[in-house]
Amino acid sequence: MAEIITVTGLNKSFKRSAKQQKLEKTKQRLVQAVSDLSFSAQQGEIFGLLGPNGAGKTTTLRMLATLIKPDSGEAVLDGAAISSQPALVRTKIGFLTSELKLEEFFTPNYLYDFFASLHGVDPALRDRRKSYIFEKFGIRDFAEVKIANLSTGMKQKASLAISLVHDPEIIIFDEPTNGLDVITAKVVTDYLVDLRRQGKTILVSTHIFSLVEKICDRVGIIINGKMTACDTLDNIRAGQSLEDRFFDIYSEAVGAVI
Amino acid sequence: MKSNVIAIMKKELARFFGDKRLMLSAVLLPGILIYLVYSLMGSALTGMLETEEDYRYTLSTVNFPQSVSALTRDLKADITAIDAAEIAAAKAAVAEKTLDLLAIFPEDFDAQVAAYDPASGETAPRVALYYNAARTESAAAYNLMTGVLNTFESALANKFDINPGDEDFDLATDKDASGFIFSSLLPMLLMVLLFSGCMAVAPEAIAGEKERGTIATILITPVKRSELVMGKIFALAVVALFSGASSILGTLLSLPKLMGGASESMSAVFYGPADYLMLAAVVLSTVLVLISMISIISAYAKTIKEAQTSVMPLMIIVMLVGMTGMFSGGAQAAAPYYFIPLYNSVQSMVGIFSFNVSASHVLVTVLVNLALSAAFGFVLTRMFNSEKIMFNK
Ligand SMILES: Nc1ncnc2c1ncn2[C@@H]1O[C@H](COP(=O)(O)OP(=O)(O)O)[C@@H](O)[C@H]1O
Ligand SMILES: [Mg+2]
Repeated sequence: MAEIITVTGLNKSFKRSAKQQKLEKTKQRLVQAVSDLSFSAQQGEIFGLLGPNGAGKTTTLRMLATLIKPDSGEAVLDGAAISSQPALVRTKIGFLTSELKLEEFFTPNYLYDFFASLHGVDPALRDRRKSYIFEKFGIRDFAEVKIANLSTGMKQKASLAISLVHDPEIIIFDEPTNGLDVITAKVVTDYLVDLRRQGKTILVSTHIFSLVEKICDRVGIIINGKMTACDTLDNIRAGQSLEDRFFDIYSEAVGAVI
Repeated sequence: MKSNVIAIMKKELARFFGDKRLMLSAVLLPGILIYLVYSLMGSALTGMLETEEDYRYTLSTVNFPQSVSALTRDLKADITAIDAAEIAAAKAAVAEKTLDLLAIFPEDFDAQVAAYDPASGETAPRVALYYNAARTESAAAYNLMTGVLNTFESALANKFDINPGDEDFDLATDKDASGFIFSSLLPMLLMVLLFSGCMAVAPEAIAGEKERGTIATILITPVKRSELVMGKIFALAVVALFSGASSILGTLLSLPKLMGGASESMSAVFYGPADYLMLAAVVLSTVLVLISMISIISAYAKTIKEAQTSVMPLMIIVMLVGMTGMFSGGAQAAAPYYFIPLYNSVQSMVGIFSFNVSASHVLVTVLVNLALSAAFGFVLTRMFNSEKIMFNK
């Protein structure tokens, strides 16, 4: 198996705005969201970034997706470096997070075509892909309904379909089941497994143990911006439940017994 | 890739032209509102300044001499002679606006006038005209009567005649009249209307996309930031032009009403194809400058509201610059003025509307505007690349 994602020594800090300082009841201006984070993923596996809220998962994924730049460190995705070839990285990945919204005014059908053209997908190929994925997710029923009038689950399905218009090798998915009803959540996780079967590499972030246990091949546990443990799911579990192991690792990392 | 610019333009245009509410508020409403407001303003103004066509003034006179009354024959007035005893009642009538004018002459006016020597230093014979300035008709009657008396006075002296006979002494042509009125009014109006057009769409398309989180979805595609900026600016310029065109149409349609009588001699047909072509080039390049400026401000803002508030100072500047066209008395002749953004557009428009436009000045204006838009576009591209600006919370 080939290594397709290589992340080395990523650092990212944010300046808190005055409003954020008040909100988080802190006088500190800088937040070290991600510190010296390294990991790698093999082609064709599902890699899970597991960590509590505020651990730095989303920040890490946003750096890999070239939405924000790291203070230092590098990541190479399918041969493209985020620091020097951000545009190339964007052609290789499909990125999905709740931060990315679809314009409410348009329909899933229109937006699918729009993003396909931005990715330079040939119209005939686009139509084949579209009819496959719209069928698969049941988007066909609401393909001509404006995003504004769709439910959260429908929007999520449309977003997922659109993030894959260019059939990327690497799919990066932030909290894939957050806010979804159980049925939509199952459709989405099943599809991720399906994508792995096609040889795609998938990087998901989550704070849900069961999701990791169900679909991930490899896990990175991220706490306070640091990679605290990173191994195959079986090695991390070491015969216990993931939840128990997580809390062991967590107390060791923050030096407190829960 | 040009196709990305076109794809983005198409999406933005579909967004605006497909949204009936936005179309109504950004394109249709400005024109309709301007038409209604200007028409109403026009009728109000005309009503204030003019009396009705067939109005007859009511005048009361005491000792009205034959010599003067001969000159009032053409006046549309009902003249009643009254006694000195009725003066108080007549004054009261003027005050109550039931009488337009009370004119009191000395008993032997003609004889006194004939005997009077201006060089003697004695007091001249006196005529008293009582009127009510708060009543339009009364003020008009007063003006008419002073006119009559002035004519009478100069007829007595008979030293010279002013404009005798019925030759047409007003040598202003209709073209001049149009040029004067258009060139003092339209540049300012155009600037403000174009600005409002840009303001109706740019904050929505730039700050709005940030606010709603839809810009990030485009930023993770391989589209170049410069393509995104160009696609947006061109599309916004098209919508702003539609909005501006609607405002201009509303203005042109209401202009006759706004200008009252002056509009009869006013017409846009004096402008030739070259004038319209130059105007179009100036308007288009100005819209690009305005759109890119407002887009930069909008890109800094976190919300549409914040963007609209931040744009207000710019709006005031544009209005003030537009006003320079109203008082300049013709376009600036020196070339350096045409290197000053916004001011150059106003001056070029003044030149075009007043029929003494210099094509080279217009060319400088358009080139300066295009260069400036390109520079602003570059700045905007840098801003779209900055995570601090794109994701500031
Ligand atoms: N734009 C930002 N400005 C300031 N602080 C931020 C910003 N984005 C994230 N953070 C902070 O960085 C830390 C990590 O956040 P995040 O990556 O969203 O965590 P997770 O996704 O694991 O819940 C948090 O403390 C968060 O408050
Ligand atoms: Mg997160």
